[in-house]
Amino acid sequence: MKETIILPKRSWLRIDFREMLQYKDLFYFLALRDVKVRYKQTAIGILWAFFVPIISMVIFTVFFGNLAQIDSSGAPYPIFVYVGLVFWLFFSQALSSASGSLVSDQEMIKKIYFPRLILPSSTVIVAFIDFLIASSILCAMMFYYQFVPKPISLFLIPILILITYFTSLGMGLFLSAVNVKYRDVRYIIPFFIQMLLFLTPVIYPAKIAGEKYQWILNLNPMSGVIENARAIIIGNTPINLESLAMSIGISILLFIVGLFYFRKTEQKFADVV
Amino acid sequence: MSKPVILAENISKQYQLGEMEPYVALRDVIAKSLNPKKWFTNKESHRETFWALKDINFSIEKGEVIGLIGSNGAGKSTLLKVLSRITSPTTGKITLRGRVASLLEVGTGFHPELTGRENVFLNGAVLGMTKREISKKFDEIVEFAEVEKFLDTPVKRYSSGMRVRLAFAVAAHLEPEILLVDEVLAVGDTQFQKKCLGKMDEVTKEDGRTIIFVSHNMGAIQSLCKSCVVLNQGKIVTIADTDKAVQEYLRLTNSQESGTGPFDTKIKNFTIEQIRLSQMQYSKPLITELLVTNNTDKELNNIRVGIQIFNSQLARIMTVTAKIDAIPKGKHKLEISAEDTNLPPGNYSISLGLGLLDTGIFYRPQLLFFEMQPTSVIDPFIVSRRDVLGSCPPTDYKITQLS
Repeated sequence: MKETIILPKRSWLRIDFREMLQYKDLFYFLALRDVKVRYKQTAIGILWAFFVPIISMVIFTVFFGNLAQIDSSGAPYPIFVYVGLVFWLFFSQALSSASGSLVSDQEMIKKIYFPRLILPSSTVIVAFIDFLIASSILCAMMFYYQFVPKPISLFLIPILILITYFTSLGMGLFLSAVNVKYRDVRYIIPFFIQMLLFLTPVIYPAKIAGEKYQWILNLNPMSGVIENARAIIIGNTPINLESLAMSIGISILLFIVGLFYFRKTEQKFADVV
Repeated sequence: MSKPVILAENISKQYQLGEMEPYVALRDVIAKSLNPKKWFTNKESHRETFWALKDINFSIEKGEVIGLIGSNGAGKSTLLKVLSRITSPTTGKITLRGRVASLLEVGTGFHPELTGRENVFLNGAVLGMTKREISKKFDEIVEFAEVEKFLDTPVKRYSSGMRVRLAFAVAAHLEPEILLVDEVLAVGDTQFQKKCLGKMDEVTKEDGRTIIFVSHNMGAIQSLCKSCVVLNQGKIVTIADTDKAVQEYLRLTNSQESGTGPFDTKIKNFTIEQIRLSQMQYSKPLITELLVTNNTDKELNNIRVGIQIFNSQLARIMTVTAKIDAIPKGKHKLEISAEDTNLPPGNYSISLGLGLLDTGIFYRPQLLFFEMQPTSVIDPFIVSRRDVLGSCPPTDYKITQLS
């Protein structure tokens, strides 16, 4: 028979994986809920998932590609910026929904026990689904511009996705826990994401910083993700293993810090939220 | 002897009053950290704290159904929250043997935009069921909730009654070894409440499930629980058989002098100062004393007084009414005497209502608790039977020799 012992303090390291497994269906249903509810009572429904990246791409192409003439390493600017956008939107959407997840489901937190980690991690799934939808347009664009991805992409793309997942989840875990206590987070997030867009090579190439300062840009794990995504998909630039390694390292670090803070504050969520 | 299913050792829960504020603005924290003078003063230590639970110890065996009773703020919900791991205790240790499910609210996690079907799965998962378990019981749940026709309608179009029925149906089909239930039966219509109570009763008897049940409904407590834990101000007052515990609970509530007013009525300047019972003895008239002040500019006519009497299970067993022809200006004592109430010794409570012709001008439920005393010359048979729950008229008999 299962024995549970409740003590005043829990060790943050002892994540009960068996319990997480027991609640895997909750994870599934919460993600399903978010997917289903997301476009309920909207006139065009799921089409929003196509519109947002396409419209962003068009605007960026007009202003940064055509008017500002930003260097796109020889590739057509639309596909150049779109590769960046697909990963960027995945990241920013995952981050903002994960950060708000605990507060928006506070009634559940106050009334029932379940491993709290499930809430922010399931919201990231929704962002991932939008990412898949946006990627389908990318495939169409690759077909149109006749880009053939390198075979290595089959191996590297999942890694890039995982980096994005863990970066946004790590930051999301941290911010969602902070948000429980300090509702300021809600106002900071949109601003923070907007700032981060300019610190990430979405609209410009990664080499813009120059070799000397490239490492500063690489501190942002999304930088390495987008740079290498372009290298794989467009193929005009070489794969940058250095920035990839840094992205992996920093995303793991962010995830551990986020998880640590989350676990540390988790027991007080119901009292504070 | 087997180990207890729930073992609570020295459970205490402290809240910092500051924490109960809605939220702290980051701005304040930053402002504080920018002010060097405040670096060394510890704000936390100035916070007021209070113990929602203090030194709670108990153990519960497998298959027991335990009631948790106490007045508002006694710590019942906090204890359930600690037991169900929603919040952690400040001190102490709890050992739970078996799968735990808690039901602090019906329909936790219901999403208004989703259909009834989708919500059954979501809510089931929130309560800790797996997808397979829910699928297996799906038809049973829907039948229990009586919402077959509306399964594919978003829950936001449901009536509140339908929503509660569906939510409770999901909860009623949980199969944990330990079930913690807060006052969830307070919602829904009486008929459905009865159905739920029946279901809970059935479930415990069949499977030997352990249940902790919080309620203010003494009737429900008495029909479900063998024994009860009585809480008051975060401490355990007693753990006893249900009947004894309910008496204790009523005694506790009783000592909170709820009969002293003044109470305002809907008529301006007409107040009830006090309500008191005198002569609470078996087989003597029960006398209710009302102190009323009429500061209106005229005398009040045709005032109706209704006194509802409840037994220790909070079931209404008697109504005493009186029509007062006139209450002149000024302060008055009104004595209403009810003959032949025949209430046997025990604990009772009353609700008071006043009306002017057909309009109600005052109503207060459970205004006063009292205990009927045995008369000195009482039939010892009645004293020994304190569980008599209705009136118990004194009897006489005659024996006649026929041949």
